[in-house]
Formats: sequence, C-alpha cells, structure tokens
Amino acid sequence: MAKHFFRELEKIKKRILSLGAMVEERVRMVIKALETRDGDAAKKIILSDHEIDEMEVEIEEECLKILALYQPVAIDLRFLTAVIKINNDLERIADEAVNIARRVRIIAKREKIDISFDYSLMAGKTEDMLKKSLDALVNLDIDLAFKVCGLDDEVDKMQSEAYDRIKQAIGEYPDRVAYLINLLLISRHLERIADHGTNIAEEVIYLIEGEIVRHGNYL
Amino acid sequence: MDKAVKIEVKHLNFYYGKFQALHDNSLDFHINEVSALIGPSGCGKSTFLRCLNRMNDLIPISRVEGNLLLDGLDIYDPSVDVVMLRSRVGMVFQKPNPFPKTIFENVAYGLKVNGIKNKGLIEKRVEESLKLAAIWDEVKDRMHESALGLSGGQQQRLCIARALAVEPEILLMDEPCSALDPIATQKIEELIHQLKKSFTIIIVTHNMQQAARVSDITAFFYMGKLIEVGKTNTIFTRPNLKQTEDYITGRFG
Repeated sequence: MAKHFFRELEKIKKRILSLGAMVEERVRMVIKALETRDGDAAKKIILSDHEIDEMEVEIEEECLKILALYQPVAIDLRFLTAVIKINNDLERIADEAVNIARRVRIIAKREKIDISFDYSLMAGKTEDMLKKSLDALVNLDIDLAFKVCGLDDEVDKMQSEAYDRIKQAIGEYPDRVAYLINLLLISRHLERIADHGTNIAEEVIYLIEGEIVRHGNYL
Repeated sequence: MDKAVKIEVKHLNFYYGKFQALHDNSLDFHINEVSALIGPSGCGKSTFLRCLNRMNDLIPISRVEGNLLLDGLDIYDPSVDVVMLRSRVGMVFQKPNPFPKTIFENVAYGLKVNGIKNKGLIEKRVEESLKLAAIWDEVKDRMHESALGLSGGQQQRLCIARALAVEPEILLMDEPCSALDPIATQKIEELIHQLKKSFTIIIVTHNMQQAARVSDITAFFYMGKLIEVGKTNTIFTRPNLKQTEDYITGRFG
C-alpha cells in the first residue's frame, strides 16, 4: 500500500514540475513576442493554452484521488495541498500569458509609441521570479523561496512606474488611448504573473516548514 | 487556556521480568480531553494504558517505577483500593466482551459489585448509561435478552455503557474499534466526542485516521519511549520530529 502511495506522489511531483516547465516556457515566449512585437508568436500561445488547462485538471484530479484513497498526513498532506494550489497558480500564470499575447496581437498592428518605460526589464524580473519560485519547488529550497517573496515588491514598483508613464503618455498622445491602455494592461498582467510566482514561493515555504506565510507574514 | 491535569505520569518505567517495556515516560492527561496513544505494535502504548488503572498488576512478574498521580494521588500507593481505582478509571477493550448475561445485567453488574442494592437506582443508572453510550434506543425493548445476541458494534457500545455505569472519571479504550465495521466505528467515534464532555478519555489506536479524528492530543510511542506529544492538529500536519513524521506517513523501518 505504502509503495503505491509513494509512487503516486512521485508521479504527481513529476507532473507539477513538467507543468511548471511548460508554463515557464510560455511566459518566455510571450515576453519574446512582446519584445519583438510578433503577433504570430502571440497567436500560438493563445491557441495552445488548452494544453495547460487540460494538464491542470488532470493534476487536480490526481491529487483529489490520492487524498481520497490514502488520506495522507503531515509532509505528504502539505505536499498535496501545496501542489493543488501551485497547480492553480501555474494555470493562472498561463492565462496571464494569454492575456499579454492578446494585447501583443493588438499593439503589433499599430504604430509603436515610445513611452520610455522598459518592458524588457519588468518582463525579465517577472520571468526571473517565476523561474526562482519553480527552482525553489524543485529543490525544496526555502531560502530561495523567501527571496522570491522579497522580489515581488520590485515588480510592484515597476508596475506603478508604468502606470505613471502611461498616464503621462495619454496626455501626449490623446488619439492613441486604446494603444496605451493595452500597454498598461500588459504591465498589469506581468505584475499578476509575479504575484502568482510569489504564491508558489509561499506554498514552497508552507510545504517545507508547515507555516503559512501568506499575506506578507514573512517573519 | 489549558485544562486541568487529571492524570500526571512522572518518569514511568515498566518491566515484564527483566524486559523493560517502558522507559522513563512522563505525560499529563487533561480533564475533558481525548488523548490518543499511537505507535507500532510492541511500542508500549497498551502497557502504558494498562498502567493507568493497574491492569498490569495481574501479571505477576511485572514491576512499575515512577509516579502515576490521579488528581494528585499516587495510584500505586499501597493504601489505594484497586477496585475503587478501577471504578474511577474504566476500561473498554479491543474485542467486545459482554458477560453471558442479559443486557440489563451486563450494565447493572458493576453497580451490584460496588454494593448498590437500590433497584430503582440501578434501573435509572442502567438506562442513563445505555443512553450515554448511544445504544438505548436499540436495546430498550430487549433488556432481558442475552447480550450475546447483539451485533459486534452494539456489544462494544454495551461494554462502554457497562464501563460508564459505575460513573468513572476516566475512560481507557484499548483499540475499541479494531473489531468493528466502519459504521459501528463511526458510532463509537461520535460517542467519544460526546463522552469527552463528561470524562477524560485515553485511547490506544492503530488507526491513524481515527487518532486524528477523535483526539485532542496525540502521543507517539516507539520502543517503550514517548517520542513526541502534542496537539493532534499539529502532530498530523507538522510534527516536530522526523521519527513521528516517518511513522504517521508510513515511511517507517
């Protein structure tokens, strides 16, 4: 019985890690599409999102099955609840990637406006946070998980910078408001990806320590 | 706030001849709380439980060291009357063991042994105990039939009623559900929830989920030693010691 159970846990671990890798790849792709204003690449991301959705459902069903059949406790229970939540975060990150892809498709068709805000820098930070949160999960690295929680503030700050620049740009380009709103939303979507990355890191901390550190209780 | 201590165990050692079954265990049990003792077979949890009402006295080569205080009084003091002690500390065993008598006589037995002769009082106590053990409705019309005609689950609840009839303060349960089906088990577990309002309950169980469900405090024993004790919630979500975690998650040995 125990052998079956541990095998099931291993299987779940592999699947959540492979979902993490898939989602990370999509975020990377959409950032590249944003930087290169590549509408076709953005379309590919939108069309393939169902793969992530299906995998998310499968992982959740597997977790529920294990909970019902084996009634795990302690580290195993924490692992499964963490997986259920991380699974949800990963799926939401992929949705945000789709949202960015939609905006990219719109702005790619229009003439570029320079609003002197570095999206590459913000996207890079976001991607880095996601990568670190998944590394923390793979290696059960609590120090790295705490670090990710700290990085979120930087991305939040960048988003508020983007807001200020875009507000200013709307005054300068009153006929390009729709375009600028799309830019603003992209910064918002990136910021949400960083939030989900933080959630993943918090789940990793819970998984290791058994302490819930959500809502900024990092002490 | 912490509840008052009902039983205080201090540095308990227990020997079967030369074999030491319990090693220097100290543990408190609080009033109106359910404590579960868990651990692999042979870890000493049943021996520990049986020390609490001196059931081990029946084993001639056994020896106890340390103090077991019930409301501050040492139960191993030579002046203690063991029959009186056992009327304060009742016990329910693994297999239902009703006497080959009627349902009524099973519950009334302890009262009669304790010298109660008033028929009205006995009848009242029998009814109350059966109600408390959540079996009254099932047996009230067949009180004078043999207890052996009851189902396993009913027999076990009858045994609980029998233990309750003498109005104990503490109820020891040694794997009370291991011979029962899931429905009877559920009934006993609900009963434990009810009974803890009036009693201090200590239960030995091999069923980890049962310990998690019914108890407030869980104590993990291994090789005669108390390894970890804590709130059941904590023990089953984030135990302090790896040894405890390995046992409750099935990674043992």
